[in-house]
Amino acid sequence: MRQFFTRSPLLVMMLLAGYAFLYLPIVSLIVYSFNESRLVTVWGGFSTKWYGELMSNGPLLDAAALSLKIAALNATLAVVLGTLAALALVRFRKARGHKSLGVMVAAPLVMPEIIIGLSLLLLFVALENLTGWPEGRGQTTILIAHATFSMAYVTVIVQSRLAHMDTSIEEAAMDLGARPLRVFFTVTLPMIAPALMAGWLLAFTLSMDDLVIASFVSGPGATTLPMVVYSSVRLGVSPQINALATIFIAVVSLAVLIASVILYRQEKARQ
Amino acid sequence: MSAALRTLSAHSSRLIVAVPWFWLALFFVLPFLFILKISLSEPQLAMPPYMDWVREFEDGLLTITLNFGNYVLLFEDELYRDALWGSFTVASISTLLCLLLGYPMAYAIARAPEHWRMPLLMLIILPFWTSFLLRVYAWIGILKDNGLLNQLLMSMGLIEQPLQILHTPVAVYIGVVYSYLPFLVLPLYATLIRLDNTLLEAAADLGARPARQFFTVTLPQSMPGIVAGSMLVFIPVMGEFVIPDLLGGPDTLMVGKLMWIEFFSNKDWPVASSLAAILLLVLIVPFVLMRHYEQRRQAEEEA
Repeated sequence: MRQFFTRSPLLVMMLLAGYAFLYLPIVSLIVYSFNESRLVTVWGGFSTKWYGELMSNGPLLDAAALSLKIAALNATLAVVLGTLAALALVRFRKARGHKSLGVMVAAPLVMPEIIIGLSLLLLFVALENLTGWPEGRGQTTILIAHATFSMAYVTVIVQSRLAHMDTSIEEAAMDLGARPLRVFFTVTLPMIAPALMAGWLLAFTLSMDDLVIASFVSGPGATTLPMVVYSSVRLGVSPQINALATIFIAVVSLAVLIASVILYRQEKARQ
Repeated sequence: MSAALRTLSAHSSRLIVAVPWFWLALFFVLPFLFILKISLSEPQLAMPPYMDWVREFEDGLLTITLNFGNYVLLFEDELYRDALWGSFTVASISTLLCLLLGYPMAYAIARAPEHWRMPLLMLIILPFWTSFLLRVYAWIGILKDNGLLNQLLMSMGLIEQPLQILHTPVAVYIGVVYSYLPFLVLPLYATLIRLDNTLLEAAADLGARPARQFFTVTLPQSMPGIVAGSMLVFIPVMGEFVIPDLLGGPDTLMVGKLMWIEFFSNKDWPVASSLAAILLLVLIVPFVLMRHYEQRRQAEEEA
């Protein structure tokens, strides 16, 4: 690193400035969650009282529980759909619908959320008028909407793992007479497991984080965490939200840390 | 792939393609047809708040009424034109700003010692994993009148009065660049890491200065990454709602925010739908561009 620094100091400075830009807001969120004063930007001494208030904020906790439930279901559904799509895209290039599937998977990655949300709501309303399903909107419609865009992200992750995977072990299993389904579950699946884990975590996070799509396809009975956060944030800054953000950041950092340790050990074991 | 694997997979392949295909066709493509349909219908005060095209009258007569009025309104009313133009301006300028900040970062990571690259990349991705909404919220505390930035500038004696940054276009640009930077750095890094170093050496041997080496060798070679990454920023920002809503003010009008207001406040589903249809139409060109370069990059990667 030192050599790199002396060789191109300007480049390193720009890199550091970039990281400062990415991380300062996050640091400020954490610091002011421990602020005694209600004024988020005036330091009034160390305190954890906002965490206490957060824990007794009933509506927010209910919304968090609902969001966690939808996120877990969504991640599981998205991993199944996304893995199938990735297999289809990497392994069955000649199958019918291969090309159109490629386009349909790439589009949700960039499609503005507001369009996905509005269009799905219109579909749900029309479907309900036509078939009686879905009855009203709520958890189920949010889950379907989230799975639809999360599966695209899972597909990208699993796709790149499958594309770079060594197929000789699968072929060996085939030659030894294992049926395709058995080969998939005993050889392919363990080999792409890290990608599935990463995909699951990403789909979970995307669902926990979504405000726009959920606002469109949700009903009166289902308020998710981002919806509660949004309505509170619109009224101004609140230290409780900072406390929530800090918990979020702690959990995410821990999950990423654990995941990278697992991945690192796997890579080491393979070498 | 062995012959046995190929024949056996022929059966399962149909199912493996069919399940995600039908899911996306039903829940991603079909809904766009409803946007088109509702955008051509008349609003009414009911639930759902639009009239069907096909109506049956008392004498058993069926009529189909298409209402192009929503689209006429979009072209005649300055509000909608301004919003489209506003989105386009914000999306273009912030894509440019992301490139100016992201290119040196991706370049530096690609040039860093090998064992440093993975941790440096992880640091780019990590903020993306923490809530987008909460990260945008963080900027409110920094940019508001008595916020961190103004306090810092005032304590340094640079300004006397707090600057109004929150609820201005500047705040929107900061928020957008901050949120979308990782989307640009990652594809750029993927292109830069596979640059052909022999070309650079050849240019150096022929006496090209570093700046010239960069502009004649590195920059053209990284074009696929630049275009793919830029579109990953430009397209979603065109429809961005949260950032202009929380950080922007009355003079930062964007399509996403206007659609939200039409839908949730005015309950005008047909106008919201026609705005969505126009936005979709505008986004087709950048999307095709992105696909083109993305596929070229994939082909290069597999070659």
